[in-house]
Amino acid sequence: MSDSPNGAASVDQLLTIVTRIAEQARPGEELEVYASRGVETDVRAYGGEIEQLSSASSAGVGIRVVSDQRQGFAYAGTLDEGAIAETLAEARDNATFATPDEFLGLARPDDVAPASLDLWDDALSSLPTSAKVDMALELERRVRGGDPRVRQVDAADYGDMAAESAIATSTGITATARRTICSLSVSAIAGEGTDSQTGVGFSAGRGPGDIDADHAAADAIKRATRMIGASKVKSGRCVVVLDSRVTSTLLSVISSALSGEAVTKGRSIFAGRVDEEVACPLVTIVDDPTDVRAFGASTHDAEGLACRRNVLVDAGILRHFVFDTTSARRAGTASTASAVRGGYATTPTAGCRALLLSPGPLGVDEILAQVGEGFFVQSVTGVHSGVNPVSGDFSVGAEGLMIRGGVLAEPVREGTIASTLQRMLQEIIHVGSDIEWLPGLAAGQTLAVDGMVLSGA
Amino acid sequence: MLVDPAVVERVLGSALSRGGDFAEVFVEDRRAIGASLDDGRVEELSSGRDRGAGVRVVVGETTGYAHTADLSESGLLLAAEAAAAVARQEGGTRTVALSPSEPTRPYDVTIFPEDVEKARKIELLARADDAARSAGSAITQVSAGYGDSRRRILVANSDGVLVSDDQVRSRFSVSCVAMGDTGMQTGFESAAFTVGFELFDTVDVEEIAAAAARRALSKLSARPAPSGEVPIVLASGSGGILFHEACGHGLEADHIAKDASVYVGQVGSQVASPLVTLVDDGTIAREWGTFAVDDEGRPAQRNVLIEDGILTDYMWDYLRARQEGRHSSGNGRRQSYRDLPMVRMTNTFLVDGESDPEELLAQTPHGVYVAKLGGGQVNTTTGDFVFGTVEAYLIENGRLTEPLRDANLIGNGPETLRRIDAVANDFATSPGTCGKDGQSVPVGTGQPTLRITGVTIGGTAGE
Repeated sequence: MSDSPNGAASVDQLLTIVTRIAEQARPGEELEVYASRGVETDVRAYGGEIEQLSSASSAGVGIRVVSDQRQGFAYAGTLDEGAIAETLAEARDNATFATPDEFLGLARPDDVAPASLDLWDDALSSLPTSAKVDMALELERRVRGGDPRVRQVDAADYGDMAAESAIATSTGITATARRTICSLSVSAIAGEGTDSQTGVGFSAGRGPGDIDADHAAADAIKRATRMIGASKVKSGRCVVVLDSRVTSTLLSVISSALSGEAVTKGRSIFAGRVDEEVACPLVTIVDDPTDVRAFGASTHDAEGLACRRNVLVDAGILRHFVFDTTSARRAGTASTASAVRGGYATTPTAGCRALLLSPGPLGVDEILAQVGEGFFVQSVTGVHSGVNPVSGDFSVGAEGLMIRGGVLAEPVREGTIASTLQRMLQEIIHVGSDIEWLPGLAAGQTLAVDGMVLSGA
Repeated sequence: MLVDPAVVERVLGSALSRGGDFAEVFVEDRRAIGASLDDGRVEELSSGRDRGAGVRVVVGETTGYAHTADLSESGLLLAAEAAAAVARQEGGTRTVALSPSEPTRPYDVTIFPEDVEKARKIELLARADDAARSAGSAITQVSAGYGDSRRRILVANSDGVLVSDDQVRSRFSVSCVAMGDTGMQTGFESAAFTVGFELFDTVDVEEIAAAAARRALSKLSARPAPSGEVPIVLASGSGGILFHEACGHGLEADHIAKDASVYVGQVGSQVASPLVTLVDDGTIAREWGTFAVDDEGRPAQRNVLIEDGILTDYMWDYLRARQEGRHSSGNGRRQSYRDLPMVRMTNTFLVDGESDPEELLAQTPHGVYVAKLGGGQVNTTTGDFVFGTVEAYLIENGRLTEPLRDANLIGNGPETLRRIDAVANDFATSPGTCGKDGQSVPVGTGQPTLRITGVTIGGTAGE
């Protein structure tokens, strides 16, 4: 059997495998079988040569068993028939050790039809490796030649993947999905004297026609060069304008507090606050995996239900959370078809795929002009250690540029910005019109937040 | 042996059939079990197996890599062919003769996890849940996780290396939520070692749970952390992550080779306070970042990186060492057979100084005492790094006073290392997971109590 996804026939073959296993459910037992496989190519250019070229294919199966209200799970990194049979036996055995939970259960078909989404670009499969190599080399060349202050390009990468998955359950679910992603990313080091600064640029899409080396190169150069000469800033409270990528990161953090799983277990700043005002009226947050522009777009969720648009915060009022089947039952509601999983080796949980803030009327330049004085954050660090979605405490490392007279001014490094998520949501003063879809689970947009503490010297 | 050495020889020969300076086969068979308790219930027991091999071919400055889950000779030969695609020469066969070696094992596992009944692993979770909940009625949520893994690897290369390792790791963690008048706070504690189930002969899960609960409870009355530059006292074992981020990554030879580190050209220079001696050592029995051989078949070793403040050496993998005509320092690691190895840390720590930890604190008139650090991140090019506190207190007149809410600290590596003005003699370690270029590997960190004269803390108070 081929290890590679190569079109509709291949994903049907995957569906045949999972269906055959799901049919082996014993009386009183629910079985969910998920299988995926993918191919990836990664090329890294350095110094005008190819530093690394790796081609990878992987395939695996994850089996979830629910019996007597207990769940067991097992996985194997292969589609080998014998290994799948062992995995099923292991999942059944594992289930006997869990504590019974009346809310446990697999998804059941509902009446929502899957959106018709084209997330697959055939051009990728016919793209020869030499063309991928050329793109990485060209990307590096453009950054090195793009500005005399560029000293080094420590990584210029081309990457692509084609992945497909199939799921079948003994409760009547069958679904397949497939998608491609193609990307360029480049990290530039620019400097003058002893000062070196870095900037990362990228471009991504479904296929080779969607990626733009000029855009990625210009982005990396701009970000690195405008930081040259950065110094520490005095501490104080100010308006902070977040670059669209930073907003995407912020939304990803907020999304973990919007997970029905976190909420039902009392592990979210939003627990118990439905229909309350949790943000200022400018804030409407929608998770819509049926938006084809989103990198997290999908026809089905990780439990095989058709994905749908969910409005989570509407004009500042918290309306809903995202649920998978079990967390929905625990909360006494229906799944929002928001099960996500990290691959065949993990069980599904509730999560967002395609978050978007409803755009405001202004673009980035107009927002800077309106703000007048403040701090523009180009990038943040320490998000995984400095943001707590349970307490809401927010404190991250930040670099960027001061905003003076409504335009970007001198660069700032080694600063932090701090507030709480609760307060930030209340103090958003502009949501940008500049929607940029980025790989990840949230779109990027410029965002202006008042009352944040900038710490420096 | 995961794969017959005769097969490995033929695969290496095929990998070099189009030219190429170096070829390597890395075979891995990893079994893992994870169990989690949440909301009072054992939610799930999960087990799995991932097995496969990666073939690497190096031609000049170019590396080709391919991997497969098919460990048959034909599967391995296909991967070899794909990896060899970076080499341009016409046909021909190369013969590789392997000379097997037996590495020194840092530790002998006494109880292999697969020999322990699942029920015994589960039972640990319930004990932790009880202990955490009994720490106080304000504890509203507890989750506990148990995990073990056994990773067998075989590495062979065209230099004749043929070596295997059998890495057994066990971990246990507890995370708590406490509810108070000002909202919720969280606390986390873990124990993770490169050992078998005997871990639980010496590590008490109730103590781990109690520590996590105490951490969450202590923060219920916490005030916002200050903002701006303050003196910091780091408690022993609270987070050698500081050194991992502040200089460890910047001493990885791949960043050095690309001029992407503030430590380029600094060997022999004073890069830190004379009180700083920093070591990376993969041989320490039981530690989380320990192994017998690295993922390139090189035995683990002890590397002194900074001695009395002077930079002595970087860390090296095969590729970077080869470019400099030297040997790898045993720092070539990878997440799995699907990944290329690169320079990674093992157990990175600051060695003991001479101060007494209590005196050190008493002699600090004001500042922030960090009892536990969370994660961190560094930009090796600028040297700027952050790390987050998960338990911290205000120091006033040499004594701990109020607990502080979580905040990030930000500093510049070389600057911060120069500002270390006291190092105590109470060394302790803690486990971590290090991410680089999308790959995660277990690492150890460690440090005695120490003081830094100034680090920027990103709280919201005192503006």
